[in-house]
Amino acid sequence: MSYQIIQAAESRSFPETHAFFTQASKDGAGLVFIGHEAAAAFEESMDQIANAPFVAIELGNECLGVHIDQDAGPDNVLGFARFRLGDDAPTNLVELVRMPFTSEPALAAARACFEAAGLVVSVCGDFPGRILNRLIRPYYNAALRRLDEGLASANDMDLTLRLGLGYPDGPIALLNRTGLHHHFEVTQELYEQLGQEAYAPARRARNAWIKHNLENDDAAT
Amino acid sequence: MNHNKTIGIVGCGTMGTGIAIVAARAGFKTRIYDLRAQPLENARKQAAAFLKKSVERGKLPEGEDVLIMSQFLTTTELKDFADCDLVIEAVFEDLKVKHSIFKQLNAVCHEKTIFASNTSTISITEIAGGSGRADRFVGMHFCLPAQLMKLVEMSPGMNTSEETFAQAWKLCEDLGQRPVRTRDTPGFILNYFLIPFHNDVINMVDQGVATPADIDLAVKTALGYPLGPLELLDMVGMDTQLLLCEAMHGLTHEPRAACPPLVKRMIGAGRLGRKSGQGFHTYDSNKIFGA
Repeated sequence: MSYQIIQAAESRSFPETHAFFTQASKDGAGLVFIGHEAAAAFEESMDQIANAPFVAIELGNECLGVHIDQDAGPDNVLGFARFRLGDDAPTNLVELVRMPFTSEPALAAARACFEAAGLVVSVCGDFPGRILNRLIRPYYNAALRRLDEGLASANDMDLTLRLGLGYPDGPIALLNRTGLHHHFEVTQELYEQLGQEAYAPARRARNAWIKHNLENDDAAT
Repeated sequence: MNHNKTIGIVGCGTMGTGIAIVAARAGFKTRIYDLRAQPLENARKQAAAFLKKSVERGKLPEGEDVLIMSQFLTTTELKDFADCDLVIEAVFEDLKVKHSIFKQLNAVCHEKTIFASNTSTISITEIAGGSGRADRFVGMHFCLPAQLMKLVEMSPGMNTSEETFAQAWKLCEDLGQRPVRTRDTPGFILNYFLIPFHNDVINMVDQGVATPADIDLAVKTALGYPLGPLELLDMVGMDTQLLLCEAMHGLTHEPRAACPPLVKRMIGAGRLGRKSGQGFHTYDSNKIFGA
């Protein structure tokens, strides 16, 4: 399946050149909207949408249902995001978002394009946080709160989770490395969407966010 | 090698069998108890198969598996634990059952025998309180699968003597494990995080966020976890997850620790995980994990 990329501003999924770009063609049949203004570019291209075998829109923290009619489609439009934790490089995982009415051929075509570029695809429904952010943010918040409560040191907590579960990183070291303020940004948005206390940003993340903004404001002035 | 010391394990479920493998592999005389002979025979077969595979994969010298298994005694009599240096209880999470076992052990074991519980949620101090030897009692929480994971969360109870804790710590190191000292709080460190995390992922399946296969693939690919959370849950078993939730939620009232409705439905359907051949995934056999 051939596809073309419509790039609209910087992309968190693809900050650098990737095989997914080199394998695209200018007149490809599938349409992939990439960049943090992807949704706006998609809306400006509605006349091309109906005839495309699939359309994929890069999502931020929002749901696909923000950009299309969440009850009626079109049925060839999917959302996607290449999972990336804060300042770490993007992972190989693409979360491909489908709606209940998404056509199977469109889903298969989009999946094939990502997989042909060496990416791994997990399909999910159109839920806040998709798979990974929905799952890991409460865990990270709990780790930060446990640290605040003084029930274990950061090192003991990280060591226990690494040795006990075979995780490559403990949560505290991971959040510090990738940017605690990024965690705040994601979990705050999920908290607003889901209204569940587990997503409420932990104090340490909120502090990191404020500090990050103060430093950026200082740098700007 | 530790041929002069004897370790007893009570309970031959997944954890008990794994701990018994660890003890026997480290050179301890190992005794494993259960009420019924058939589960014990299954445990012996699983341990032998695991060690044989370890030899095949070059992780143990040729013939070592047979030597180790010669130190692996199964029994349905707790009196066979009389001369143990350490007894590790690994039965299900029920305080009354644990108290009953330790009461019987206290009557037959040498006064110097250290008692340990592999509990993952119940207070060590509470279990020790019904053991008859609260000063010689520690928490030793192994991780699943015990035969592969090095971490042991070690917790003293309020009345555990420092001498006992130091002796148990040394025995843990002699087992080839890596002890980490934790406080006697619900779930210690590991399960404080893991039980709610698992409940979250079970709820995601129930809500239709993604299939178990897609969730496990995403977690392994993006986070580098060796097992997807639903694969790990299938090893834990739905019946065990229910007990863990009941114990943890009963103590903490943390909403994320409450047992998801899907767990009870899966238990009702006989989809317990690896042990029943089907959980979130389907399995051809219930061979013990790894080598």
